[in-house]
Amino acid sequence: MVALYPGPIEVGGIRLRNHLLLAAGILGTTGASLARILANGAGGVVTKSIGPSPKEGHPGPCLVVVDGGIINAMGLPNPSAAFVEELAALQSEPVIVSIFGGTPEEFRTVAGWFAGKASGLELNLSCPHAEGYGAAIGSDPALVEECTRAVASLGVPTWVKLTPNVANIAEIGAAAERGGADAIVAINTVKAMRISTALRRPVLGNRFGGLSGKAIFPVAVRCVYDLYEACSIPIVGCGGISTADNVVEMMMAGASAVEIGSAVVDDIGIFAAIVNDLYNPDGIDADEIVGCAHA
Amino acid sequence: MHEQMPAGVMITEIVEETPSIRTFVFDRKIAARPGQFVMVWVPGVDEIPMGLSSPSSITVQKVGDATAALFAMHEGDRIGIRGPYGNGFSVSGRTLAIGGGVGASPLLPLVAAGQVDTFLLGARTASELLFTDRIRGAAALMIATDDGTAGHHGFVTELISRVDLADFDHICICGPEVMMAAVLAILDREGCTERGQFSINRYMKCGVGLCGSCCTDPHGLRVCRDGPVFSGDVLLDSEFGHYARDASGSRRRV
Repeated sequence: MVALYPGPIEVGGIRLRNHLLLAAGILGTTGASLARILANGAGGVVTKSIGPSPKEGHPGPCLVVVDGGIINAMGLPNPSAAFVEELAALQSEPVIVSIFGGTPEEFRTVAGWFAGKASGLELNLSCPHAEGYGAAIGSDPALVEECTRAVASLGVPTWVKLTPNVANIAEIGAAAERGGADAIVAINTVKAMRISTALRRPVLGNRFGGLSGKAIFPVAVRCVYDLYEACSIPIVGCGGISTADNVVEMMMAGASAVEIGSAVVDDIGIFAAIVNDLYNPDGIDADEIVGCAHA
Repeated sequence: MHEQMPAGVMITEIVEETPSIRTFVFDRKIAARPGQFVMVWVPGVDEIPMGLSSPSSITVQKVGDATAALFAMHEGDRIGIRGPYGNGFSVSGRTLAIGGGVGASPLLPLVAAGQVDTFLLGARTASELLFTDRIRGAAALMIATDDGTAGHHGFVTELISRVDLADFDHICICGPEVMMAAVLAILDREGCTERGQFSINRYMKCGVGLCGSCCTDPHGLRVCRDGPVFSGDVLLDSEFGHYARDASGSRRRV
């Protein structure tokens, strides 16, 4: 397997300790849990998505572990502006705040709370199970461009996380780039559902949710590959990554860094484990492989 | 991780333990260690974490929407169960158990396994004392009630002065957080926090250590996965006894 040269990197205007970030929505509700993941070897962390007003989320069950993945419908629970103080102890750390809103104005309002208090922002234009938010906006190129512009104009490093639940993800990525995004994150979860045969009803309280984990890795690789062809800003790969070889594969598809989420269910030490396998002082520069599969 | 779809179980028996607490027995045995919990799905309402009071039962106090919906259910109705989750109690040698109110429930499997030597049981009033007969048959039982209608008139924590903590290798505690925090303060004073095993309660959404809704300060420990049982020394200087988080992640005083 390819080994990479270790050390800090910069992606989309954000300085990271290595190529591995904690994905949004995983252990990102408190400053303490984010600090724990950073101490466990992550190069950066993305918070739970924060929105314009406090939300309790969907009724349970909110998550079910299935073969090869996890289906969740949390419903964007978040404490809103109160989250600013969670990050006080993480001022100098590579923390990216995931934000959501229902309009470009709401995105800008929430972004304003965190401008200068985090390394950057990641726009959640992709959550598949929150009416009026996330993918409801993220599947409309004009809205994606407008929301991105509203945040990027604050001068904060702005990443945009895309949904795979669209006919043409490259078109959405291009819209984010036009809006001034510094990087694209792909992908969020894939719309999914399971039904309890014993109870004769959908398992999740929200009925459907988003599938993450190993099962969606091939979907994520394809999306990153398509985006690399269509966009010129960096891409952060996300979706089912659980090994160092997965990281390398995602980079070969075109990713400059990756986010890891569901793999934490098997091992909260997953970042340190991948760092151990991925990096070597004799390794190559990541630039040598990013997008190499397009040759 | 292998598939963990909720198992559909049928309620076979509902036991009124006290005026406010019922045990729901279901038609499936769950192989769990004492102190582990399950996620209980009340269809159409919500899913909540509940300690197991036996391999095939949960013992519940009516406190919110999901428990109120459970209380409206009948024998023959179906609920969903996933788990067991969490670490559970880990004991050997002599064990002291301290339970307050419905908090006696996750301690009952320890009693049933013959692993409790002395049990300090507290409740608001005599009729709310949980599992007295079953505990009395397996361990030395000492009782306290807030109103003095049975046993010691006062808090269960006041019974601790009547035992010699040095006699016990492990002290397992479950009950209201204010009560558990008082026990932790006593163990701290006696210099034996590391022998305390506290089963703590936090708002949970996923149960498997991913969502972060139950993480505690300052260590970022997941109550659902790293707990729910924590050693007393881990809880010293933590949020325990001070605040917890609600469904939105906002802090609330306990």
